[in-house]
Amino acid sequence: MAKGAKRTKFLAARVAVGETGQPIVYALLIGLSILFTFPFVWTVLTAFKAPYEIFMFPPKLFPSEFLWSNFVVVWQRAPFFTFLINTLIVAGLSIVGDIVTASLVAYGFARFRFPGRSILFLLVLSVLILPEEVTIIAQFMIYRWMGWLDTLKPLILPAFLGGGAFNIFLLRQFFMTIPRDLDEAAMMDGAGTFRILWQIMIPLSKPAIATVAIFSFLFHWNDFFRPLIFLNTTGKFTLSLGLRFFQTSVEQGGEPLVQLLMAASVMMTIPVIVLFFSLQRYFIEGITMSGIKR
Amino acid sequence: MSTTSTTGGRPRRITARRREALLGYLYISPWFVGFLFLTLGPMLASLYLSFTQYSMISAPVFIGFQNYVRAFTQDKLFRTSVWNTLYYVVISVPLTISISLFLALLLDQGLRATRVFRTLFFLPSITPFVASVLLWKWIFQPDFGILNYVLYLFGITGPMWLASPEWVKPSLIVIALWGTVGGSQMIIFLAGMQSIPSDLYEAAAIDGTSRRQRFRFITLPLLTPSIFFNLILAIIAAFRTFTLAYIATEGGPAYSSLFYVLYLFFNAFKFVNMGYASALAWVLFIVVLALTAIQFQASRRWVYYEAGD
Repeated sequence: MAKGAKRTKFLAARVAVGETGQPIVYALLIGLSILFTFPFVWTVLTAFKAPYEIFMFPPKLFPSEFLWSNFVVVWQRAPFFTFLINTLIVAGLSIVGDIVTASLVAYGFARFRFPGRSILFLLVLSVLILPEEVTIIAQFMIYRWMGWLDTLKPLILPAFLGGGAFNIFLLRQFFMTIPRDLDEAAMMDGAGTFRILWQIMIPLSKPAIATVAIFSFLFHWNDFFRPLIFLNTTGKFTLSLGLRFFQTSVEQGGEPLVQLLMAASVMMTIPVIVLFFSLQRYFIEGITMSGIKR
Repeated sequence: MSTTSTTGGRPRRITARRREALLGYLYISPWFVGFLFLTLGPMLASLYLSFTQYSMISAPVFIGFQNYVRAFTQDKLFRTSVWNTLYYVVISVPLTISISLFLALLLDQGLRATRVFRTLFFLPSITPFVASVLLWKWIFQPDFGILNYVLYLFGITGPMWLASPEWVKPSLIVIALWGTVGGSQMIIFLAGMQSIPSDLYEAAAIDGTSRRQRFRFITLPLLTPSIFFNLILAIIAAFRTFTLAYIATEGGPAYSSLFYVLYLFFNAFKFVNMGYASALAWVLFIVVLALTAIQFQASRRWVYYEAGD
């Protein structure tokens, strides 16, 4: 009760609009929600349409019949199953690599004192503002020399070499909140540093690790730039690249088959939305932590 | 770790320290190897390449500053891409920051169902970008797209949007805004607002300030670190715009959406002009670095850091 009263009072003083303004805020929130949601709705409705309903003026909002078959046809028109497997291989291995590597590195920065530590950590963070273009050309040539072009390896390797600056930052911040007494007690019991990481730090950092896993998955599921540069045969494509390939290939008599394109887009988006709804907390916390830098 | 006695413990203490340092280096070594081979090495390699002519068939030929001279004095498309990119940055960055801030402010009014709205605003930002661009392409479709139909209902003949040299950049900005404003920027603003101590507002309210004044003199100043953080990342992201234009327009029509990185990409992977593309990459890198440095300098004047934060 008292807490509720305090909250009301606190809100009363801090919010930017008073009681009278609240309906306007609601109206804005609802209006904007429609703007944000409508493209999804329109896409989903388009995905169910028959070809003749696509190129129709005035456009019809609802399909006359919901053609679930569009979602099946997509898989037949392009090797989406291969794209999916490739994406899952890249994302799966990268998640493992990101978690393992970023934990090791973050542990190094969080718990050990060594000369140059703050400068090196600054270097870790500096990569966040480095335009990737300045490294990608030479990387392309390195992978070409190694015979790795048109394989999934260049997309997976970075996860095992550094594990991503953001992930390192996130885990380091989290490790630093774990009391050192725990390490010291374990050390008294004769545990080595790796065991401390493995048996104390990581189990205590499950939320942060989950956040790393989610963002890692999201990045690889959505990434377009690097697959575009490193892959060139259809059989190696990831979903993003496959969808782009689908865009240029799916047509009939020069007309794009929009309904199939939309169906493919919907299918690619659904896992991400499901992931978000089931793990919303980690998304928000992960982003919030990235914002409280410095 | 450094539990050493003061007498005679000195050598042991040094070895313990050295051991700690070595272990530290060992733990960060995966990152360091990655930094050398995936970041620093490639950067230096492309710096070298930027002074060469290299089409990957024969060895690079050293040509001094010619690539840079060509970019700045002869290459018309370079100029077009710089102009397009600056247009995009100057229009889109202030819009994304202010709309994100506005959305966060709406969500921070302590109203019911705020979480639902937050989710609805957030979803576009995690939608696979290729999918987002494709769905907007369909909305912007001049003849059968829903947007021009809505305009038609109001008696307006809509433009060609992505197919029109005048409208293509604003259209792309709309797509980008939809996909970013409700994302991490908004969440960071929201977290920033919610971390402002409420006693500040209460004290100010007792002093008889208006809500507008409290927003102007409490919320906004205390939010400047979040604004700064978002601004830095938004500017870099805007300079790097690529996928959006690559999927939606491939730089057209008539090069009016040829953004800098798109042009760089074409030079590297279409014309196989690796030397020239490397020079373009280094120009971008220096511009981004300089802008970031300038912003850090300027931030001393407008970003407010609480003591001890």
